[in-house]
This record gives sequence, structure tokens and C-alpha cells, in this order.
Amino acid sequence: MTRIEKRFAALRAAGRKAFIPFISAGDPDLETFAHILAGLPQAGCDLIEIGMPFSDPMADGPAIERANLRAFAAGITMKKIIAAVAAFRRADAETPIILMGYINPILSYGIDAFAADAQNAGVDGLIIADLPPEEDSTLRAAAQKHGIDIVRLVAPTTDENRLATILNGAGGFLYYVSVAGITGSKQAAAEPVARAVAAIRPHTNLPVAVGFGITTPEQAHDIAAVADGVVVGSAIVNRIAANLDGDNKPKQGLTADVLGFVATLADAAHGN
Amino acid sequence: MTKLNSYTAQPDAHGHFGPYGGRYVAETLMPLILAVEQAYEQAKADPAFQTELDYYLKHYVGRPSPLYYAQRLTDHFGGAKIYLKREELNHTGAHKINHCMGQILLAKRMGKTRIIAETGAGQHGVATATVAALFNLPCTIYMGELDIERQKPNVFRMRLLGAEVKAVTSGSRSLKDAMNGALRDWVANVHDTFYIIGTVGGPHPYPMMVRDFQSIIGRETRAQMMEAEGRLPDTLVACVGGGSNAMGLFYEFLNEPSVNMFAVEAAGHGLNTDKHAASLAGGRDGVLHGMRSYFLQNDDGQIQEAHSISAGLDYPGIGPEHAWLFDRKRVNYVPATDDEAVAAFQLCAKKEGILPALESAHALAYLEKIAPALPRDNLLVVNLSGRGDKDIYTIAGRLGVTL
Repeated sequence: MTRIEKRFAALRAAGRKAFIPFISAGDPDLETFAHILAGLPQAGCDLIEIGMPFSDPMADGPAIERANLRAFAAGITMKKIIAAVAAFRRADAETPIILMGYINPILSYGIDAFAADAQNAGVDGLIIADLPPEEDSTLRAAAQKHGIDIVRLVAPTTDENRLATILNGAGGFLYYVSVAGITGSKQAAAEPVARAVAAIRPHTNLPVAVGFGITTPEQAHDIAAVADGVVVGSAIVNRIAANLDGDNKPKQGLTADVLGFVATLADAAHGN
Repeated sequence: MTKLNSYTAQPDAHGHFGPYGGRYVAETLMPLILAVEQAYEQAKADPAFQTELDYYLKHYVGRPSPLYYAQRLTDHFGGAKIYLKREELNHTGAHKINHCMGQILLAKRMGKTRIIAETGAGQHGVATATVAALFNLPCTIYMGELDIERQKPNVFRMRLLGAEVKAVTSGSRSLKDAMNGALRDWVANVHDTFYIIGTVGGPHPYPMMVRDFQSIIGRETRAQMMEAEGRLPDTLVACVGGGSNAMGLFYEFLNEPSVNMFAVEAAGHGLNTDKHAASLAGGRDGVLHGMRSYFLQNDDGQIQEAHSISAGLDYPGIGPEHAWLFDRKRVNYVPATDDEAVAAFQLCAKKEGILPALESAHALAYLEKIAPALPRDNLLVVNLSGRGDKDIYTIAGRLGVTL
């Protein structure tokens, strides 16, 4: 069993839904990022998505794009992202780590080298926003060889035919994109999400997590109720940004404030 | 699969030109991209679509554009016999209207009710705003803040045509970022919006579709040269940013081994500096804007900002078919700097009475490298892809003149 399978099995056994935060690697700086990352499991996070910053994040809204810029200013690189996961893994052998980003930096790194290094660091899954199933065979083969799942995205525009294409080769869990748009742009509503998740269920045994457009504990609660997990990204990234001074330096208490906010989201997703 | 005996059998069914091209987009867009491809294949097979397109190209755009013997430029260089393919005489002043007309007819056919586009120099934006006005569809043009500053006449033109021009303030605030802006709009408005892409780039089927719509340039050139000289041209020269006007001229001749082709990349301050836009000379294999191709990027795979005095060439990538032709060495990809383009702009103005677009001036700039050494009977065609009125502020600034 992979770490992702184990985690979802344990959640299912406990009758709980997964809370999955997203933070950008190296935001607002490498040290603060490491502190936030290390504190996420304690704050109630079941799986963790780490964004790999890209110069042209076409699926992302302004919040995550600004986080990327802060991370670049702090000197983030693909090697440093891998190293940050490895450091996290030394203290936490259980919480699945999913890297999320765009294909070009991986292509540049070398697909096989990246998959090997990611495995050694303890990465469990990859979500690549600009890599539809038609183009992911090379990455999927490398990931499979190194025990890493390719987590596929399902969108509001996905019909039944398309869903079959997406499910063929999908691993870990499915990521349902709850709104047509970029991250952090629109608000997800529980009712259409419930209908979409119900339409996916008969076709797969993979857990379905829902993300894009979930910003409040209330939404996290309502969406979690109709899926297997919820992902919150831009709202957490915005909370980090709210704790920075004019020079993008962290103010006193940033980590505690962000983790406190994450804990309220996780609590809500867990049904409280 | 790549057919080895032909240069015109690309792309394959998934939009690949060798390893390049493809569809690298968010899943939300995939169904729409597939629908665009299907609609285009149907339109291509429908004589009524071609008839309607031909009608507008003739009566509205003003095609065919002349193939003009540039005697004074020929005498100046003292070598090849230089012809200019006068795409700048098209309505809206550039070749961009060719693919805009094709794409808006397709958008109408698909029942889309809203148009978006990106623009660099503003030529594609003006052409898109023009066809959107003609067919009464609301239109939003994404343009980098930096380009809005350096292409003011075209910004005003687009607004006069009824388009909304949205400034993109992220990244390098030029063409690359305008395309990010348009793609972000599209993913949020897939239900009613058609994206008219302005180059032979983006996800499949755009590189193929834009090439097909632009290939009328080469077909006309062949017929006109046959009429003027009784034979094919020997040498073709065009500028490349994304590469639409170059593909348009070259495609017809790719399988003619006697035709030598030069595509001129924008070398900015020089290829030995970090301020250029030559993605083939200075970039490497990568993925951006829905396609695999060559891109300017750093060691960590982050896309780098391009630089060119010409806003239309100021892009860190190039269409995937060019990447493939580059690898196959069918086309010579060569550089021209900002300074060389400005000099060629002035030369063309004084010798031929034509203000070329700064983009096209890059193609003209390469003439001094090849034309003098070619024999008098070498028939050379330069694609004069756009007119330079929009660039007079940039040229004036360069020459120290305040307008």
C-alpha cells in the first residue's frame, strides 16, 4: 500500500474526510516555508500539496502567482523543493506529499532524474496542471517506476467520455476542479460539486478530493461532506501574505497564525 | 508518425510535429480544445466554409496582396532580384487578418458569442478587433502593459473598433504575459468564448490551423512568381517571433528542394547578451502556452523574458512546426539585432517608399547578409508582413526625435 492509499483507508475507517492544504514551496522564504510545512500535520492536515513555483502559472490566480514570485525572490529551485520534502520526511513518515506544478521545470530537470530524486525525498504524488493524459505517458512511466502516483484532474467541463480517458492511468486520488477558472478566482458551491462527485463515483474507486474556490471553513465543511477530501490553496497563501511586511519579510507570529487558520479549515473539513 | 519524405505531412493526429506541439493545457480546457479541432476539421472539409473565407479575403481583406519587384533595393544590394510580398497592404496592415478571418468564421460556426485574443505589437489585436466588429461579437484583447506603452496607436485602434483592451501587469508585461492572461480568461469562460490565437503556437489545433489560414501567402507567391518569372523563387526570407508569417510564406515551398528559406529571429541587443528573443538560437526544448517547442529558459526550467525592439517578436518561444523544421534543418534560422532592424526600416523607407513594420524590418535586415553575394537571377522574396506606421514612435525614440 502506498502512503496515499494508507491515509485514505485510515480516514475511511475513521469516517473522516481528508483536509489537504496547498502551499507554495519557498513562500515566503525557505526557512518560514519549512516551519509551516513541518507544522501542517499537527494542524490537522491529512495530505499536503506543495506547489512547485513556475514563471508562467497559467492555471493559477494572482494569489499563487504572487507566492511564486516571493519564492523565486527567496531563491527557490527544484532541487531545494526536493530537499525540503526530504527534510519534512525525516520527521514525518506518514503524511503523503503531493507536488503540484507545471511540466516545464520537470522537463528541464530531466523526467527520470526528477522521479528518482522525488522518490528518494519521499514524494507520493504529482499533479501537473498543464499535462493532460494525452501528453503524460513519459512522466507517468517514470513516476510508476519510482512509486509515485500521477493524480489526474477532473473539471466541470469533463463529460463521461473524457472521464474514461482521465481515469485510464490515474493514481492516488482524483482531483475535482470545482470551478471552471483559475485558482482562487470563483467560489465553489456544494450542490454542483455533490452532483459532479456523484457522477464520477460509479466509474472509479479512487478517492475524490475537491479544490479550486474553497476559501472558508464553512465551504470546507460543506464540500468535504460531499467528497473524500477538500483542498484549500489560495486562502492559505493569502493568509501567509497577510503576515508579511512591506518588504515581504515575515512578521512575528506568521507561522502560528497560518497554522491556526489551517487548523480551523481542517477542523471544519473533519466535520466539526 | 512523422512521414520522412515530406515536410508538409505534419502534424500527427495529436498535433505533434516530431516531438513538438501537442496539447499542454489545463483539463478544464481539454474538451473545448478537442471541440475546436473537430469543428476545424469539419470546416476544412466543407466547401461552403472555404467559399465564405475566400469571399472575405478577397473583398474585405483585399487579397491577393501584390508581389512587388523592389528594384531599388535590388540595385542597392547588387545581388539577388528582390521581391516583396506585400502583406502590409492587407486591411489592418499586416498578415494577421488572414488567420483572424479564418478563426472568426470558425467561432461563428461553433456558436461562440465572445472573442478573446492576445497581442504583442497590436497587429493581431487590431485584426481580431476588426473581425469581431465585422461579425458583431464582443471582444477582449489581452496586452502587456509594456506593449500598451510602446504601441499606443494600435491600442487606440482596438478601442475604436469596440474591443476592450485589458492590460496584463504580470511578468515581463509583454506578449508572453498577454497569452497567459488570455488563457486564464478562456479557462474561466469556456462555455461561450473562442480564443483567436495570433500565431502558429498554442495547443493543437492552433499551430496547424493558423498555418493553414496563413499558407495563402505562399500559394499566392508561387502563382505570382510563376506569372512574373515563369519559375519558383530561389530564396524566401521572413521574420519569426511565434512564426505565423514565416510559416505562411514557407509552407507552400517546404517540399521544393530548390527553395532556400531564411527565418530571421529577433536578436535584440545581440545573441551574446541576455536581451534577445531568439528562442531557437538561444533556447531549448520546453513546454509553455499549450505547446512543446523551444523556449528561452533558465537552468531550472523557468521561462525567461525575451527582448526585442519589435513588440511582435518579443516572445520567448516559437511555434512547434518551426522547432521541427529547425531540427530537420529545412529552414535556416538566423538573427538580426534591434540596430540592424532599425537600419533596415530606414533603408526600406528611403529606397522603396515603404515603412515596414519593425517585425518585417528584421527580415529586411538579413538582406545585407545574403543578397549581395547571390547572383542577379536569384529570385528572392521577403515577406513584408506588416506596415510600420505603428512603430514610428519607437523609431523616433531610437533616433532621438520627439514627436
